[in-house]
Amino acid sequence: MIDSRHHIVSYTKLTTVWLVLLALTGLTIWVSRLDLGAYRVWGALAIASLKGGLVIAFFMHMKYEGKLLRWMLFVALLTLAIFIGFTFFDVLYR
Amino acid sequence: MNGHQHRDRAGATLGMWLFLFTELILFGGLFLLYAVYLARYPHEFAAGGRELNVVFGAINTVVLLSSSLLAAMAVTAIQRGRQNTAVWLLFGTIDCALIFMGIKYVEWSAKFGHDIYPGSQRLVKGPPGESVFFSLYYLTTGLHGLHVLIGGTLLAFVAIWVGQGKITSSNYSWLENGTLYWHLVDLIWIFIFPLYYLIL
Repeated sequence: MIDSRHHIVSYTKLTTVWLVLLALTGLTIWVSRLDLGAYRVWGALAIASLKGGLVIAFFMHMKYEGKLLRWMLFVALLTLAIFIGFTFFDVLYR
Repeated sequence: MNGHQHRDRAGATLGMWLFLFTELILFGGLFLLYAVYLARYPHEFAAGGRELNVVFGAINTVVLLSSSLLAAMAVTAIQRGRQNTAVWLLFGTIDCALIFMGIKYVEWSAKFGHDIYPGSQRLVKGPPGESVFFSLYYLTTGLHGLHVLIGGTLLAFVAIWVGQGKITSSNYSWLENGTLYWHLVDLIWIFIFPLYYLIL
């Protein structure tokens, strides 16, 4: 089994990710000030998901992990999406 | 004991991630409650959201993102065998945790001062949507704050162990898993901030 965790993420790369995260935080505040109606919610969630993805990929090293962990993450997120999605099928069309 | 210790780094990481998935589902449940009640009480939620201080929320976002950077750098430092650097970076993360909790304290105190807390006169007499909003606010940020305290304490122990030489470049699962927990705390806040402070 290949141990992928010997991969070392450089300080430069981590700092770049941090700067992008700060920029996205600024962006999400700016977007929330615009008059976009319902799209504000989706815009905020999209930016938050992007930020979360960056944290998981680089800070949490998921980009350098093997297939097993990536699939497990996918299954966990899918489970979350199913239980949020199915609840809304019920709540919205009651 | 002949000094040989069996270690399974892949297994340690796998176990930690399994635990983190349960945490995701736990907070996912709270976000689901938020979403359902937002759909039911949009006006009360909007009024409640305006009571929250965007500046405090934004500062805490920057504090947590920075703390996560320092935690991730601590892993890089230990992998490169720089234990002193790792200890200082972990102290930086813990300082950020303290700043976060300090701001949270100021924020919650102001809310309590305005008679906004579960069971307060104002919320009991007000519309049901408003008390639902603040109950969820206190529950979600309170549970998140508890995670900040646990994560900060965990990383303090990890920093001590790095300083004592118990965690080294060949055996750093505790450091790696501790920082994974910390990043999860950051990850949850990345969603709390826009949902509670911005979009309402």
